[in-house]
Amino acid sequence: MAANNKFENTSIDVKEMIAKNKQGKSLSSLTEKLIPVVLFLFAIITVFTTVGIVMTLLFETIEFFKLVPIWDFFTGTVLKPMSQNPEFGVLPLLNGTIISSAIAMLVAGPIGLMAAIYLSEYASDRVRRVLKPMLEILAGIPTIVYGFFAFTFVTPLIRSIWPDVAATNILSPGIVMGIMIIPMIASLSEDAMSSVPNAMREGALGLGATKLETTFKVVIPAALSGIIASFVLGISRAIGETMIVTIASGSSKNFTFDITQSMQTMTAYIVEVSGGEAAAGTTIYYSLYAVAMTLFVFTLLMNLLARYVSRKFREEY
Amino acid sequence: MKYLNAEQVTKRMDGRIAKNNILKVLFLLATLFGLIVLAILIYRVVVDSIGWIDWNFLTGRQSTDAERAGIMGALLGTLWMMLVVAPVTLILGIGTAIYLELYAKKGRLQSIIQTNIANLAGVPSIVYGILGLTIFVRAMEMGNIILAGGLTLSLLILPIVIVAAQEAIRAVPGFLSEASYGMGATKWQTIKNVILPAALPGMLTGAILALSRAIGETAPLTVIGIPALIIPFPEGIFDKFTALPMQIYYWTIDSSLVAEYANLAAGTIIVLLILLFVLNSAAIFIRNKFQQRF
Repeated sequence: MAANNKFENTSIDVKEMIAKNKQGKSLSSLTEKLIPVVLFLFAIITVFTTVGIVMTLLFETIEFFKLVPIWDFFTGTVLKPMSQNPEFGVLPLLNGTIISSAIAMLVAGPIGLMAAIYLSEYASDRVRRVLKPMLEILAGIPTIVYGFFAFTFVTPLIRSIWPDVAATNILSPGIVMGIMIIPMIASLSEDAMSSVPNAMREGALGLGATKLETTFKVVIPAALSGIIASFVLGISRAIGETMIVTIASGSSKNFTFDITQSMQTMTAYIVEVSGGEAAAGTTIYYSLYAVAMTLFVFTLLMNLLARYVSRKFREEY
Repeated sequence: MKYLNAEQVTKRMDGRIAKNNILKVLFLLATLFGLIVLAILIYRVVVDSIGWIDWNFLTGRQSTDAERAGIMGALLGTLWMMLVVAPVTLILGIGTAIYLELYAKKGRLQSIIQTNIANLAGVPSIVYGILGLTIFVRAMEMGNIILAGGLTLSLLILPIVIVAAQEAIRAVPGFLSEASYGMGATKWQTIKNVILPAALPGMLTGAILALSRAIGETAPLTVIGIPALIIPFPEGIFDKFTALPMQIYYWTIDSSLVAEYANLAAGTIIVLLILLFVLNSAAIFIRNKFQQRF
């Protein structure tokens, strides 16, 4: 009797369970359908970000070119946004950007590549495991700290050796920017060089080449696409870098090639104008977007070039 | 007949080997160069800040008087901003990664989104500042409040978080989800109960590293317009604010007027670096402690 009772009880439970389960299933099948839609909406936000960047830059830049002819903007060597008769030539900013990036690459290129060679070809596993993370610390330091370092340490140091250098100059931030980019070039180039198969090294060493000859005649040519890509990415990083040049290079808008003097980069101009009193609707305000558009296009081209180089000229082994 | 002049061969070999050894030292020096600069940088900042980091500096309000100035407002501003950035980037970043890795069909749309993310990662941070200024501060009329700064920085680090989360999902072996499907679990149940728990440590590590990048970002904040002097402490995400890197920026550029500001900037840098160190240690701890190897 008791067993029967128990059986009846459980049979009721099972029925309930099935009913509950069905309810749950319709709910869960709804979630199954809803989740991908919600996640898709999340994913599309990144696309909206790009569209947002391009649209805001484009619309305001068009407004700017209604006020200042596009030809004057790209060929003008005078930039006087705050004056009574303002002039908006972008060449002083382009000049400052290119010179600071060139100084940075003169520092970061050779040193970064040599560090990559050491880490990939000469260092033992143990040494590499210690040195590589330490170099990565250098990459994790905020750029504002480098700006402080350039302004309060590197500039006075340069001035004590070379007194002609002005208190704000393009040389010091250029060098510090280079130091900031070293880990990036070292790590990307090292990745490219480590992926060259050992058989090729052993072939060269077996023919009697020294390690140095193997590196320069076998490993570097084989890894060249990756190394060039790392350089191009370094340039792109230097062009977009803001705080170091804003702090240490001042805001002189002179069109000069004298690296001991203050120059303004595109990024530093954006900081100066947007942080200042430029009211919406004025020509200065729109010039912000025209300069930002130029900067955006420059870095985008560099990034696309880096990807093209590493894809097109990759040697497959 | 002599084919080889042994003496000359040895001489040449010696030269080549010497060159190899000399350049080896040069390469080592190049590697150490960055580390030496890092050491000098930290040494300088520590020396400049000695005697300036005290209780009043850590808990005090902002002031133009160097002796009385404190960074509590900036510290709170940074923390409030991270309270915006962390949930926004975690939800959007992990959601996007799940969509791209597990739901999206391989095809045009997926490759467009993927390429777009790669391109976004290369956009200079100052351009994000302009986006934030135009959309959040001006068009949405938020003004330069914590929410606007936080959303701007969220968009900036979103690509990093997505890529890290995608890698974490890819590292989860296929047999785990196959076992889950085999037990009759649905796709979402499998993701929720099997894939996400396995991938979470990797996702969190990536997200924390991205967050530490956001904490140090200055350029976007200068563009959305943070005032140089803000006395009251922020009490919520709708308050105007300043942040640690902004404080370093203002004190550094004004150090040519008031020399003591350089010491204040150095002290703030120490606080910022300690914050970053703690975050990075947490990321490494999570990776080592919870990351499973399959």
